Amino acid sequence: MAIVDVQPKLTPERATLPWTAVLHDWVTTVDHKKIGIMYVLMAVVFLIIAGCEAILIRLQLFWPHSDFIAPDTFNGLFTMHGTTMIFFVGMPILIGIGNFVVPLTIGARDMAFPRLNALGFWATLFGGILVYFSYATGGAPATGWFAYAPLTEHTFARSSATDFWALGLIVSGIGTTTGGINFLATILGMRAPGMALSKIPFFTWTMLWTSVQIVIALPPLTAILIMILLDRNLGAHFFDVQNGGSAYLWQHLFWFFGHPEVYILILPVFGMVSEIIPVFSRKVLFGYEFMAAATAAIAFISLGVWAHHMFAVGMTRTQDMFFAVTSLLVSIPTGIKFFNWLATMYGGRISFAPPMLFACGFLSMFLIGGLTGIMLAIVPFNLQVTDSYFVVGHFHWVLIGGTLFGTFAGIYYWYPKATGRMLSARLAQWQFWLLYVGFILTFGPMHISGMLGMPRRIYTYEADRGWAIWNQLTTLGAIIQVPSFAIFVYNLIASLWVGKPAGDDPWDAWTLEWTTTSPPPSYNFEEIPTVHSRRPLWDLKHPEDPDSKYE
Amino acid sequence: MSSRCEAFCNTRYEMHVMNPLVLLATGGDLAQDQSMFYPASPGAESIRSLSVLVLAITGFIFIVVEGILIYAILRFRRRDSSGSEPPQVYGSKPIEIAWTAAPTLIVFVLVLVTTRTVWEVVPTPPPPRPDDRTLFVTVIGRQWWWEYRYDHYDGKELGFIAANELHVPAGANGVSRPVYLSLQSADVCHSFWVPRLAGKTDLIPGRTNQMWFQTDQAGTYRGNCAEYCGTQHANMLIRVTVEPAEDFEDWMAHQKKEQAPQDSDPEAVKSGRKAFLAQSCVNCHRVAGTPAQGKYAPDLTHLMSRQTLAAGMIPNTPENLRRWIDDPQKIKPGCLMPAFGLSDRDRDAIVDYLVTLR
Repeated sequence: MAIVDVQPKLTPERATLPWTAVLHDWVTTVDHKKIGIMYVLMAVVFLIIAGCEAILIRLQLFWPHSDFIAPDTFNGLFTMHGTTMIFFVGMPILIGIGNFVVPLTIGARDMAFPRLNALGFWATLFGGILVYFSYATGGAPATGWFAYAPLTEHTFARSSATDFWALGLIVSGIGTTTGGINFLATILGMRAPGMALSKIPFFTWTMLWTSVQIVIALPPLTAILIMILLDRNLGAHFFDVQNGGSAYLWQHLFWFFGHPEVYILILPVFGMVSEIIPVFSRKVLFGYEFMAAATAAIAFISLGVWAHHMFAVGMTRTQDMFFAVTSLLVSIPTGIKFFNWLATMYGGRISFAPPMLFACGFLSMFLIGGLTGIMLAIVPFNLQVTDSYFVVGHFHWVLIGGTLFGTFAGIYYWYPKATGRMLSARLAQWQFWLLYVGFILTFGPMHISGMLGMPRRIYTYEADRGWAIWNQLTTLGAIIQVPSFAIFVYNLIASLWVGKPAGDDPWDAWTLEWTTTSPPPSYNFEEIPTVHSRRPLWDLKHPEDPDSKYE
Repeated sequence: MSSRCEAFCNTRYEMHVMNPLVLLATGGDLAQDQSMFYPASPGAESIRSLSVLVLAITGFIFIVVEGILIYAILRFRRRDSSGSEPPQVYGSKPIEIAWTAAPTLIVFVLVLVTTRTVWEVVPTPPPPRPDDRTLFVTVIGRQWWWEYRYDHYDGKELGFIAANELHVPAGANGVSRPVYLSLQSADVCHSFWVPRLAGKTDLIPGRTNQMWFQTDQAGTYRGNCAEYCGTQHANMLIRVTVEPAEDFEDWMAHQKKEQAPQDSDPEAVKSGRKAFLAQSCVNCHRVAGTPAQGKYAPDLTHLMSRQTLAAGMIPNTPENLRRWIDDPQKIKPGCLMPAFGLSDRDRDAIVDYLVTLR
């Protein structure tokens, strides 16, 4: 249904312009589509780096008492792996996809603040580079990604690696916060005529709540990063216990950020699969209103669960139970969403194109991660397995099984819109199955070694604890994942040249982004359409049976 | 290289490969298996039974929901590419209420059982009282070893200091001997975790946390520091020796004895002590009854009564002690004891003295 005839492409035909002009265009762009793509590319590069860090960690842990990697090198590796994956892979890739999709799907020409958008991307990228500058001090920070005070005080972390880490995260945090503000303004203020908030595509709804969480959660992190820099460099004592500071203060403020952070990493994915599952089941999303309410409930409740990361630190029993109750409560709206996805599939005509393949991978795996999360909310069980490999298994399960599988679903879904080419479905199958098997083999055994007493963040372990076999299975699984990611990167790049041309609407989908060309022109739409329901294209394709009759 | 061979040639390793589920379920019958599913204390047992209940509930949910997912994938996959769309079902309020109510009920049950167990395992320590058969120890976590200050037992003040190996009495014949640990830190956050005895509790600088356990089963229980605390967090190992009450009282009596110099000491011991006191050892270490009153390193008064050195890393033998004193950084790189560059003669003299500190 494109109104525009010309098919702009991203492939080299466009390089009749000199490469310097193309580079200049991208570096100075304020176009949300290009910025979104740059966010995703940045995330993929850091994904490879953090993945290499993970492989080194796994190689060291293959044998008990291995001396493959020195203790503080290892400690720096897990610090950087966590920091990179959360701040420079997870958030950028989701903000990038959101950036590309949201203005198109709500019928806008760009984000509300295009220059702020560009600032956000470059701040995120520069923050990442600044964190990696810490290697120039002689080694990465070896504090863990949540950097518990007072280990981060100058007494215990002597090199300036920790300063680079804090500074880099302050800079990228500014980028993230501006992104959140931009999404809020765009979604609240720039929707197409007729698109009430109750009619926005589900991915946009989840980006709205993600942005609420960003603007609430990022500032406390920025604040404590500034505070630790003040402690380390200007003689402040916020977290310096030997001079009246508080170790607890860091933990509470960090997790006040840290828990909403993981919902920032999953809500957009909930939105993506809520678009993909209906399209590939050929059925409208079941229970939109309840799904929307559940999203808001999750966003709200998740602001009150943070100290479930702190059950063992010596809070009172009542405080522990408060956070146990809120953490268990958040499972109810999450379960509601799950059942609604299943109900959407039920009675449908499901095709397993790559987006749906990854969405089903997401469903099957996120269920398990959510259930181990419920287990972790049970305080006494938590007192055994917190800070053990059980937790490492849990959060990788929700981050990879949830965030990553869902993100791959989204990338396979929207890549044709962004580039005009289809990604190879055959390579997607290889990527999916290698990842599925490798990921289960990597993180499944961690639940066992955790319950057998293996703590986190140890560079080695004793041979007679019974942990070696589980570590070896984990390392094997990690190695199986490596070709999966290689295939993905290859698919991303090669499809630009040899991917099947996609057309405007390769998936026979229902939201506004599929009305324009692939890739869209810089102004997105020739005419901004007026919408009457949640699925404007369904209405156009099925004029005898439009959604607007039933919503 | 040899440690890798040992790991693979170890027959226990083979047993683990053959019986991973048995291992998990029973904790194995090997002394090395320190699984939370092999509890030795009532607190750990409460946690185990709650965990099994929760595992059963979540396992049931998994089977049902994943089953529906697999069913939906198989039953409703597109078999032909005909263009007709299936019936569009927008929602159903009764179903939504049903699948909100059911999880809410499950959550309610979980909250109740969790509350009950929390109140069971998280203690409010009583004050020491005469004949209470209760042991009170203050644990001070330090990078990367454990200091144990024995405060009270059976209502009596104790006042001696041990390091790295915690001895406690076992209950017997219906008579329990609870142990209350007051947890403090001298530097950064640590965590005390011995899965068979209790859940973990953190050691947070600037505050004192309390934990409790008791057991009737004598034996050695192993654990780890479970809060990342820097370079050698991995080797901040815990050993708890539970022994019958009489043996424990003997051990305590022995630990209270000082190691004052005697005229009857052999020459090697005297010159070794002299070398020890002349070096900077005394800046950090303490040997009760001598001028060595350092506060920053493990108390050495009864060093040879311990099974291991370096917080559980290596067996406590004279040869290992010699290697450790020669260069601790080779065994525990990054630990806070430097290599002092001792001459072989001084080093051997010091070892000859230390091995008498039983």
